[in-house]
Order: sequence, then C-alpha cells, then structure tokens
Amino acid sequence: MTSLIKAENLKFSYNGTPAVAGVDFELLEKDFLAVIGSNGSGKSTLLRLISGFLTPSEGAAGLLGRNVRAYPKAELARLIAYVPSELYVPYDFSVFEIVLMGRSPYVAWWRNYSDADTVRVLEILKKVGIPDLKDRCINSLSSGERQLAFIAQALAQDPKVLLLDEPTSHLDINYKIQIFELLKSLASDGGMGVAVVSHDLALLSAYAGKALILKKGGQLFYGSAEEGLSGINIAAAYEIRDTASVARLLPHIVTQGKGSK
Amino acid sequence: MNNNRKIVWLVPAVLAAAAAALFFGAVKNAGPDIIWGLRLPRILAAAVVGAGLGFSGAVFQGLLKNPLSDPYILGTSAGAMAGAVLCSALGIGRAEPLFYVVVFTGAFLATFLTYSLAKIKNHPSVAHLVLAGVAVSTFLTALIMLFMTLYREHSLSLVYFLLGGFFPADNSLLAVSGVIVAGAVGAGAMLWRYLDIFSLGEEKASYLGADPDMIRLAFFALASLATAAAVALSGTVGFVGLIVPHILRLVFGASHRRLLVSSALGGALFLILADAAARTVAAPIEIPVGVITAVFGAPFFIWLLRRTAGEG
Repeated sequence: MTSLIKAENLKFSYNGTPAVAGVDFELLEKDFLAVIGSNGSGKSTLLRLISGFLTPSEGAAGLLGRNVRAYPKAELARLIAYVPSELYVPYDFSVFEIVLMGRSPYVAWWRNYSDADTVRVLEILKKVGIPDLKDRCINSLSSGERQLAFIAQALAQDPKVLLLDEPTSHLDINYKIQIFELLKSLASDGGMGVAVVSHDLALLSAYAGKALILKKGGQLFYGSAEEGLSGINIAAAYEIRDTASVARLLPHIVTQGKGSK
Repeated sequence: MNNNRKIVWLVPAVLAAAAAALFFGAVKNAGPDIIWGLRLPRILAAAVVGAGLGFSGAVFQGLLKNPLSDPYILGTSAGAMAGAVLCSALGIGRAEPLFYVVVFTGAFLATFLTYSLAKIKNHPSVAHLVLAGVAVSTFLTALIMLFMTLYREHSLSLVYFLLGGFFPADNSLLAVSGVIVAGAVGAGAMLWRYLDIFSLGEEKASYLGADPDMIRLAFFALASLATAAAVALSGTVGFVGLIVPHILRLVFGASHRRLLVSSALGGALFLILADAAARTVAAPIEIPVGVITAVFGAPFFIWLLRRTAGEG
C-alpha cells in the first residue's frame, strides 16, 4: 500500500500553548483511521496540520513524500479533501451548487465549470445516495442530509485523502451507519485514505482499521483499531478512573487491551 | 440554465425605468433641454452608481461570508469620501485622473482597515465586521467634518457630496465612472466561482484550492474600484449594496454566477427609481437620494440583523 500521509514529530502551538505536541503516524491507501481523544487534545488542529492549512511549529506532514505545505493550493485540493464538523452557510445554495464547488480545484481561475464537472457531480450524488436532493436548498436539509451533501462536495474533489471532523456528532443512528458504511467503502473499495475524528467509539470500533489516540501534550497510541479502542486505552484517553464503567457502557469494546504504548 | 435567461429581463426593466424617469421631475411638461440635458445624465449617473454599489455589496457579502456587508457599512464609501475630500483640500479637480486614484486608495485602505480590525481571532465574525466598519466610518466622517469646519470655503460643495445625489453629473466624470464600473463587474463576473466558495468561509475556500489572501485582495480591489467610481460621481449613497443582492438572491438563487451581474443591473434599477422619487415626492424641493435609500435601507438592515443574530 502506498503511503499517503506521514506525520513526523508534528507540533503546533496557539500563542505559546501547545495544541499538538509530537504526533507520529502514517495514513496508507485503504486505511480507515479513527482519531480520538478528549476535548482539547488537538484532534481538529491535527487535521488542519496534515491538510496543509496550518504550518507546524516543529516536525512536518508529508503527502506522497513531499511536504504538504510545499504544494500549490489547487494541487493540494485535488489530493486532500476536508469535511468540517459544522459549516454555517449564510446563503441558500442548492445541493448541486454546493457539490459543484468541490470541482473548483480542477478549474483554471479564468474558466467556468465544464459539462464534465456537472457529470461528475451527478455521479457523486448518486454514489452518496442523495440524487433526489440535487435541487434542494442546502439550508432546508436535515442534519444528516446536509452532512451527506458536504461529504459529496469533498468527494467531488476526487481526493486520495479524506479527512472528516466529527461527521456524525449530531446525527441519528441511521445516518451514522449510512455515513460510516460510505466511508468504509471509500477506503476499502475506493482506495482512499480516510481519517475520522469522532467521539462515536462504538461505530469507530466497528468500522475503523487503525486508531490514533491524542492526549493533551502528546500522543497516547497509534496502531490497530482493535488494540487502540480497547477499554484500557479508552479509559486512559478520556481519563476515566472507573474502568469498569467503560466495560459496562461499551460492552463490545474489549477490556483486556494490551495497554498504552 | 433557466435562471440565466431570467437575468436578461433585468435589462429591459432598467431601460424602461430609465425611459419613464425621463418624464419625472419638478418641472411638468419639461422641454427637450431639461429632458436630454439635465435628466438623462442624472439617470445615467444613477444607473452607474447603482450598478457599482449593487455589485460591491454582492462581492462583500460573498467574500466575507457576511450578509450584513455593503460598501457603506464596511467603511469603503467613507474611505472614498475621505479621498475625495483630501483631493478638494489639495486642489485636485474631479475630472483629473489623480482624483480617481486617491478616491480608490481611500476606499481600498478603509476596507482593509475594517477587515484587519475585525479579524482579531482567526475569522472575523459578522458582528465584529459591522462594528469595525462603524468605527472606521465614524472616524473618517469625523475627519471629513473637521476639515469642513476648518475650511468653510470648501464645505458647501461637499455637503451635497456627503448627502449623496446626482446633481453635477459631469459628462466626462460619468463616462470614466461608467467604464470603471463596467470593467469591475466584468472582471467579477469572470471570477464568480471564488465568491461561491468564499461563501462557505475562508478556511473551506482554502481546502477547495483557493488562495484566500490573493482572492481577498482581488475582490477588495474590484469592490473598492466600483465603490470609488460610484462615490466620485455621487458622494455616499447608503444601503443600495445591502438591499439589492438580498432581493436578487430570492429571484436568481445564491450562486454568484448570476448574482454579480444581476446585482449590478438591480442596483441600477433601484437607484433610477429612487432618484426619480427623490425628484418628485416633495417637488419642487428635491430630496437627496441618499435619504430615500436610507429610509428603506435602515429598517431592512435591522430586519437582516435580527434574522442573522447569533450565527456565523
């Protein structure tokens, strides 16, 4: 499997306060990586670093063997797509218009979208399962439909890496399953590298192949999801003293993990 | 595709309004001298100013992801005014090219000042931008007032300029401003895709492959150009840029593919009608057109503010 993203000793501070302190991991083709950690452990900042939006204060994130900050913006947008947790849209764009924006990195600055872009958008709407929403206004959709529209926008970029920040946090279980099924098939059948920041531990343990656990001031674990999402690691990640409650509330998570790395 | 055709209907609407406006005014049964010599240049000036302000408003609202933006609120108009007053102080005439350069520079710098003041954190919030715009506008207006108090010999011509209106619609000025506005709208119509993605915020636009700094610079320049051309012609006319894009979004949809050109046409239509009203409502007294637009604009702004409160 080709290595898509490689983070080495990645560090970042907001005004002197470390947000990400020394993260090492690799995202390969077909990987489905769960990124977990307590609030404020630097998960969202990490996504911004590996997507090239922020410059690390130390270390580097590589994309296909080249520093992610060295890419021209449009070329980067053809390789990495990012779905934020919530995106307020002040104007009533149609779903088609929103997804079409995903073709932006393929269009030269002085040109308009082509017919081929329209065709690709229609294909993606079908693939994501929302062809009927094409002409609906983005602000009239349910949270689940809206999230699917923004995932479709990211897919219209035809990226190799898909990063998602809490894509299912406000959704009902039906949409949670629908989105995780989609992400899993994008990784295993589509060959994308998918990294998901999420607090849906039960879903992550069912779908993700690898896990990266962040903690304030550093990295707690990187490895297989099976081991990473074990009770003992979850308890450590979220500083839960009562480890028995993890086993009781999340019974499918194995409690006899090998412990922290 | 269907929507594209609808924009075309704005053109005959503008022409019809312009033709009708030829017959509105303080003088009943006006002769050809008044109609062609006085009213026509005024109507053309109203069209150019409306187009420039409507376009600028649509650009700012998209670029800053902020429905409460327009050149008046962000201080762009006040910056252009300050430039015009500076020219008056330095004895630079309104027909000189340097006049336009100074007015544009004032508009551009004031816009950037508002933006930088609002950008305390990563992203300027809707409220921060409006507040920074108020601060910049108020400060610049205070400087203008101070100048007018100290140099009374200039102040009479500047008063009308400050109120906004199309009184001295000098033909060469009209032509220069018309060309600038048309050029800015044309360039904007070519770059419309970037305003669509900026409507999702600068960060998302960056993930979609745009360079935020470059795009912001380009659109601030285009909107400042159009605003400067409008202010050079008519002084400050408020709220046109705020109202027009919001109404046209309801008709043509949110995408800037149609919004930029339709806002220019809609702005022209709106100001032609507002100016016709300004000339006739209290005839023979003429009401400054800025008064008419503010009477509609201020309540509209409050309505938008309440609707947008707590978001973004």
